[in-house]
Amino acid sequence: MSFLTRSRSGAGSSRRVLVPFTRGHLDPTVLAASIRIARAEDATLVPAYLILIPPEYPLEAPMKEECAQAIPLLEAVEHAASKAGVPVDARVESGRTPIHALERLWDVEHFDRIVVPAPVGRDSGFSLKDLTWILAHAPSETVILRPDPALESNAA
Amino acid sequence: MRGHYRILVGMAAGVGKTYRMLQEGRRAQEEGRDVVIGYLEPHNRPETTALAEGLEVVPRLRAAHGGLELQEMDVDAVIRRVPELALVDELAHTNTSGMRNQKRYQDIDEILDAGIDVISTVNVQHLESLNDTIFELTEVRVRETFPDRILDEADEVVLVDLSPEELQERLRAGKVYPKERAEVALQNFFRQDNLAALRELVLREVAEDVGARRHAHPLEPLAQQAVSERILALIEPQPKSQRILRRAWRSAQRLGSEIDALWVRPSGREPTREETTQLAALRRVAGVLGVHFLEEDGDDLVETVRRVAQERGSTYIFVGTPDERRRTEILRGSLLSRMVREIPGIDIRVVADRAMREAESR
Repeated sequence: MSFLTRSRSGAGSSRRVLVPFTRGHLDPTVLAASIRIARAEDATLVPAYLILIPPEYPLEAPMKEECAQAIPLLEAVEHAASKAGVPVDARVESGRTPIHALERLWDVEHFDRIVVPAPVGRDSGFSLKDLTWILAHAPSETVILRPDPALESNAA
Repeated sequence: MRGHYRILVGMAAGVGKTYRMLQEGRRAQEEGRDVVIGYLEPHNRPETTALAEGLEVVPRLRAAHGGLELQEMDVDAVIRRVPELALVDELAHTNTSGMRNQKRYQDIDEILDAGIDVISTVNVQHLESLNDTIFELTEVRVRETFPDRILDEADEVVLVDLSPEELQERLRAGKVYPKERAEVALQNFFRQDNLAALRELVLREVAEDVGARRHAHPLEPLAQQAVSERILALIEPQPKSQRILRRAWRSAQRLGSEIDALWVRPSGREPTREETTQLAALRRVAGVLGVHFLEEDGDDLVETVRRVAQERGSTYIFVGTPDERRRTEILRGSLLSRMVREIPGIDIRVVADRAMREAESR
């Protein structure tokens, strides 16, 4: 007998689009584009917050402040996707670096497409080095989304 | 009657465990108790040596080892002396070969069995279950370990704490090791990041010990509820369980409560490879959220949840929407109604998929 939350919204959506983000920020234009991609592909959107654990802490250390950023943000993303009619199934993963956390996520779940926000104007997401690594090593088709720089500077 | 066992735990050498042990010994002596030093490692620290003055020292045993003369605690002499309290440093120490006991914590066991109270000391890196973690953190493989049950079975576990900065300051001042050795230590084991990680480990270890003691001696249900709320989140080895953990975490922030996550594994069945992988991922999420992860064997889910909820002092149970077959519901009663009926006095919250609310409103 299973007591997990049934996901009616997820029923029938076997394709999965991963949108990883980190450091307390997901650009709204990237989120909107990810939702559009998931809807167009009739896929489930999997927003994943990557919690970074500083080297001075053990890998299994509780990260209360990071979680206090991550969980509300994930819920906001879930809400936005649901409101747009896109099935959503959020995740939290942890690691020393965004890449480390991503690798751990890929090890346990399959994704058909990965949508990665490009770094624009602020130090809030993946670095260029991270993006290069993702392009070379991601196990699935990968899209790097760069928000409109004008929108970005207006928002900043 | 077995003696009372008090263990002083620290994150590393130099935090002041031996000093504190001697202070407590002296205080007990001033209060009129019969106190002896069973074994003391003064480490050539003048402050420690000075504090030991005036306390009776039971002569040590001399043992030959590889051409060296080593000294060990004389357990029989301590027991023959019949003090009320014996101070025994460094419980994780390995005795010279040929001694009756291989480890000092076994010597202490005999002293306690003789009805003598013991205060002892140890550093967290010697704890057996932390051996791999310590190696990952410090790249030092600790050879002298002691089983976790020693802390569990002690009557009291007391943290002797010092900030990493203060400990480094003590090292620089030559209060822990001679200055020439201190410099090397500061660049290796006593690096700031190592000490911070070790401190976190020892803080967590002692906090868990406090928690375990509370559960081992459950308060009356009403008093327990007055102390705090505690959430029990029921999970399964599937990624979707993350939602239950996150929702429980959100509620815990508002309630100021602890969270336990429980997977009830069918008795006698080993987790499949897929389950093991998913459990590892869930453990990581539980780790960053500060959730205590529990696995219990049980054929009856409700009965196992009832038992664990009682043991942990849970006041809330978080559960996903049961995915039951209608036939099972009719024949055996639904899981939720059984929970409500068989686990009285505990709030049960069904974690819904909020996407369904959006779908309904469209």
